[in-house]
Amino acid sequence: MSDYYFRMEQFSAGYQGKPVLQGVTVGVNRGEILTLIGPNGAGKSTLLKSIARQLPPLGGRVFLENQELAGLSGRELAQRMAVVFTDKLYTEMMPCEEVVASGRYPYTGRFGLLSGEDWDIVEKSMEMTYVSELRGRDYNKISDGQKQRVLLARALCQQPEIILLDEPTSYLDIRYKLEFLATLQRLAKEERLSVIMSLHELELAKRISDRILCIGREGVERFGTPEEVFTRGYLAGLFGIDPARLENTGLYQCVAELEEEKTDGA
Amino acid sequence: MKEEYGRRRGRYIAAFGLLVILLLVLLACNFGIGSIRIPLADILRSLRGLKIEAVYENILWQIRMPRAIAAAVLGGALGLSGYLLQTFFHNPIAGPFVLGISSGAKLAVALVMVFLLGNRVSVSSGTMIAAAFVGAFVSMGFVLIVSAKVNSMSMLIVSGVMIGYICSAVTDLVVTFAQDADIVNLHNWSKGSFSGVTWNNVAVMGGVVLAAVVMILWLAKPIGAYQMGEGYAVSMGIHLPLLRVMLVLLSSLLAACITAFAGPVSFVGIAVPHLVRQLFGTVKPLIMIPACFLGGGVFCLFCDLLARTLFAPTELSISTVTAVFGAPVVIAVMLRRKKGGAG
Repeated sequence: MSDYYFRMEQFSAGYQGKPVLQGVTVGVNRGEILTLIGPNGAGKSTLLKSIARQLPPLGGRVFLENQELAGLSGRELAQRMAVVFTDKLYTEMMPCEEVVASGRYPYTGRFGLLSGEDWDIVEKSMEMTYVSELRGRDYNKISDGQKQRVLLARALCQQPEIILLDEPTSYLDIRYKLEFLATLQRLAKEERLSVIMSLHELELAKRISDRILCIGREGVERFGTPEEVFTRGYLAGLFGIDPARLENTGLYQCVAELEEEKTDGA
Repeated sequence: MKEEYGRRRGRYIAAFGLLVILLLVLLACNFGIGSIRIPLADILRSLRGLKIEAVYENILWQIRMPRAIAAAVLGGALGLSGYLLQTFFHNPIAGPFVLGISSGAKLAVALVMVFLLGNRVSVSSGTMIAAAFVGAFVSMGFVLIVSAKVNSMSMLIVSGVMIGYICSAVTDLVVTFAQDADIVNLHNWSKGSFSGVTWNNVAVMGGVVLAAVVMILWLAKPIGAYQMGEGYAVSMGIHLPLLRVMLVLLSSLLAACITAFAGPVSFVGIAVPHLVRQLFGTVKPLIMIPACFLGGGVFCLFCDLLARTLFAPTELSISTVTAVFGAPVVIAVMLRRKKGGAG
């Protein structure tokens, strides 16, 4: 376990001292994608928020390269970990370029002024997520798909080693979902970025993830590669799907196929 | 990128230039216009230390200059206080007046004044500010408790307005039943006015406001992150509780300073940050902080000029004038947000 770049040991997360998830022990290497799947309310977002220190952890330890997360200052952590969460972002009168540039926060000085070098990094981050042509557009007036890309550029601007995303593809149409995840996978491989994200789209999770963490109603159920995790009949149990309620529509096949199909060398 | 950035910078410079020119013009008007008109040439001569007619000199240096400077400084403080509160609550119609903070300060000052004057003790500027700060802080406390319980923008404002009414009612009671002849002054003050400001007052308010402005500028970077959302601010490594406390203290201090010297002044705190945002086309704190200060000064100088001269020799209360110009801005903001949807 200790050779992972990022790892959690017996980690517990929850609100106001009440644990939602307990004893989570997982790890992810540089350049790998770890995906959290499971039913609504199981605690995926809670876990991500606790890792990002937006919620106080309720127990256990988190390490980045054998350095305990709790020991890092806010600024040190922000230089290594970036987040793309679902909370509301107030971006009145901000062109996309400035939204992206706000990711330079942990690197700028007292007054937050950006140097030429900072602007170069902003520019490069926008190129990496294909949003350069949006730079002057008002962030509030672009599409959801474009917004997610701008937010990803903002996170890259932080030059992180690890990035946390909470359901980054939920409001995107299929084209944007695929493009977004493709970008993420490229960044993981090329920039050696570690990615931890929650996804509701199981078929996408199966294809893109190096490892999957299954969080059920009773806590963590499985942790492993997609092949190890998606065994016959498992998903129905994880999500509490009752085939009888699907009224012979054949819709159950959507889940069953995921468990049977061998991943073709994509 | 460079091109885009350059264009925006041009706009900032032009907007700052406009505000500075307006400020100078309005200062000159406030110095010169009144029951006795002082020619601009005489004002300039007197400012350079040359002799002018004794009557002019007296009016200019003893009455109009301290009053105009106070209006500019306090107006700036109001604009900034509104900006901080709007940022703190992520609420575009927050301000020291609507949230009841000014009224809380007013009540505390009235109580202290009545008590001290009743015991034949004179009231210093410092005491007034201290009393106002305590009052502002207590009201702010109430607003914070309410905001923790309700998550709605309009409920927050409604509760603030209610707190304001309660404080005003108690203040009226205190003023009505106080016997002392000095209370006449208190009555005028409690309606809001820049009249009767002395150089001594100006020095004290200038010191307090300057200190607050420097502190706020020092916090410009974390304020910018906080403005984008609390989760985002935390992910940038900001210590949120500390920043929150600072914002509350500074906005209360500014609101208290205004109330101590000029009584409650309505709508400047809400309207100025909006007008300034539209003028500059940005929400960057490093621009907004000085711009709200300048804008508030300009707004209050303009309103005080009207309050003094419109129905001379009768003087209007400053809030009467600021409401006429400020309230429509608030309505416009609410309508625009309704249409814009996104909230």
